[in-house]
Amino acid sequence: MKTLTGAQMMCEALLAEGVDVMFGYPGGAIMPFYHALPEYPQLRHILVRHEQAAGHAAEGYARTSGKVGVCVATSGPGATNLVTAIADAMMDSVPIVAITGQVVTSLIGKDGFQETDVTGITQPITKHNYLVTDVRDLPRVFKEAFHIARTGRPGPVLIDVAKDVQNARGMFEYPESVDLPGYKPNYEGNRRQIKEAANLLNQAKKPLIMAGHGILLGHASVELREFAEKTGIPVITTLLGISCIPEDHPLSLGMPGMHGWVHVNRAIQECDVLFTIGARFDDRVTGKLDTFARNAKIIHVDIDPAEVGKNVITAVPIVGDAKRVLENLTEIVNANEHSEWLNHIREIQATRSKRQRDPESGMFTPHHVYAEFTQIMQGEFRVCTDVGQHQMWAAQLIEYMKPHTHITSGGLGTMGFALPAAMGVQVACPNEEVWAIAGDGGFQMNLQELATVVQESLPLKICIINNGYLGMVRQWQELFHERRYSATPMWSPDFIKLADAYGIPGLRVERPEDVAEAIHQARATNGPFLIEFVVEREVNVYPMVAPGASISDMFEDPNEVEIEDVVAVK
Amino acid sequence: MFAMKHTLVALLRDQPGVLNRSVSLFRRRGFNIESLTVGHTETPGISRMTLVVDGDTTSVEQVIKQLYKLIDVLKVSDVSQDPNVTRDLLLVKVYAPPAKRSELMQLADIFGAKIVDVVPDAMMIELSGSPEQLDRFVDLIRPFGIRELVRTGCVAMTRGASTVSGPYQNQEFRAA
Ligand SMILES: Cc1ncc(C[n+]2csc(CCOP(=O)(O)OP(=O)(O)O)c2C)c(N)n1
Repeated sequence: MKTLTGAQMMCEALLAEGVDVMFGYPGGAIMPFYHALPEYPQLRHILVRHEQAAGHAAEGYARTSGKVGVCVATSGPGATNLVTAIADAMMDSVPIVAITGQVVTSLIGKDGFQETDVTGITQPITKHNYLVTDVRDLPRVFKEAFHIARTGRPGPVLIDVAKDVQNARGMFEYPESVDLPGYKPNYEGNRRQIKEAANLLNQAKKPLIMAGHGILLGHASVELREFAEKTGIPVITTLLGISCIPEDHPLSLGMPGMHGWVHVNRAIQECDVLFTIGARFDDRVTGKLDTFARNAKIIHVDIDPAEVGKNVITAVPIVGDAKRVLENLTEIVNANEHSEWLNHIREIQATRSKRQRDPESGMFTPHHVYAEFTQIMQGEFRVCTDVGQHQMWAAQLIEYMKPHTHITSGGLGTMGFALPAAMGVQVACPNEEVWAIAGDGGFQMNLQELATVVQESLPLKICIINNGYLGMVRQWQELFHERRYSATPMWSPDFIKLADAYGIPGLRVERPEDVAEAIHQARATNGPFLIEFVVEREVNVYPMVAPGASISDMFEDPNEVEIEDVVAVK
Repeated sequence: MFAMKHTLVALLRDQPGVLNRSVSLFRRRGFNIESLTVGHTETPGISRMTLVVDGDTTSVEQVIKQLYKLIDVLKVSDVSQDPNVTRDLLLVKVYAPPAKRSELMQLADIFGAKIVDVVPDAMMIELSGSPEQLDRFVDLIRPFGIRELVRTGCVAMTRGASTVSGPYQNQEFRAA
């Protein structure tokens, strides 16, 4: 056993957990940790420009690599700047460990300089959190934190370490196992319930699989595909489930919900068994709850018991790991085909969704950008989107072929997510092509990270869909608030000059015919590249379910429904 | 699915913040807590919380599942359906001039309450019992003039030899 300082112990613990990179920002209360860091060259530290970005970058890293993402901040303002990213990770079940410095123990509770009760603040938005006031607790706390973050339903864990604890010395022995009697995630689904599910699926005439983030978090893409292929059951993927099955797979139908496809929402309303794995029935998916999937018996597989039965009534609840449950189910379920059912859905699709893919001629819409993108990239990319219209279009229009290629803030819907998250994705996949796609609004929420991109030589490509508005809010104002565009028109700087100031080359594209060339140029550039697409200002995302309405009532164009009807249900 | 009172018993590890975590969970999830008490158990390091919540079966199941998600919560049982002993403790200070005293003492006697303090025009009475018993007692003495009243909230224990303690089973699952 060695005696080490607390700060050294923190570094040793990170190494023991297999961490090789972290995103952070120093400050007074975390200085001992930063003092120790150069002794551990295996630990790469990426200096961001704002702690929120450190959190999102850790998320992007975790969401692609399947490993735990790590972010570091000082006490007080550093820690509070992490809060949004922590909440984001909580909503999307992303495994990150956030390490914050805290004022010295003797000042805790005395309103010391830069003291905030960050464990108190983050209690409802972390899976668990710790305040460490004794150096002897450090090894155990780190061991537990990483274990809790990555097992069961993954999530963010925060460790707040008092500054004097980082400076104190103690014996270091990293525990081999954790002893948490109150935390024993259940991976193995109940046999009887799995059998019941198989029976239900065998008898189903119009079954449907709804695959969520749990498939990606549980690395169960292969198992999902095998199960779907054996049973012939079509698969729909929630916003966070996108990319868990190749989108050109004959059984893959696309996204349900508020901006999902008509044929997908129809399939939900018509199916007799809805087999949901690793999705939590978010209101953006279900619409008006009591009309959702009303002809279906629901089978719900989730690793978190509290998710089962939370929003919908379940015929067969299965608490377990997506991968294992799917394996077990595939073994016992009958091989089948549902060609009639599938054809029926495909027919609806053929008649309904054309308009989205063929925007009116003469206008430069984001649809052109996404169509070219998919065409040129041939599935070889990872995309991080921000929040808003461009996010929904990226979900609808780009085709994703490989797991973890679509990274987005689904649960919290955090603007400013795309650029820092893409940094984390690029760090996780240094040799792949990573694209950050943002609106003019969201991009300006964390654009300071351009500096990090340059300092770290991250070759990521940035795409701004500039419509001169906070587009998604403007769309709601148009549809539900009498077109009163209150606080949504948005002035932006010259993004190309801005990129230039950071040393990043860029191009502005204002016509559909220039899209392909710009994308080619970005790809050919060795290093980061920024493209600003100046698109039609008032294009809406369709199809759409009005907030609070039933997913049976989709509209593809405001002219299809009386706007008053829509307003009435909101 | 009608709303009724549920008595839940939870075993918790004595870790900093565990009570705050539990309470803030109820606030955040919008559950209505009628009473909550915490104290030590026979095992050092483990506290026991008794909760009385108002809600239908589904929402009580949610409370239990959400509580289980807290790392330091070892076990949660709904003991409402089991034969159990539920006790609440009451201290009440009543206006009691000499002329009223014997009447009050008689009432206290009937309920098995103790007089724990007497001054010329007031009396403090202590009573433990089921919440309903306490309610009835309070109703009876109200006309005398209550100056101050405090109740601890319920603690509960199931009858018979079995216990709610160990083996701890965090992810105990109940079909919805
Ligand atoms: C941090 C944050 N603030 C506010 C919102 C509310 N919001 C959702 S979408 C949106 C507009 C986004 O505009 P822009 O980034 O330009 O993208 P667009 O919708 O035009 O594609 C806003 C303001 C949010 N999701 N996140």
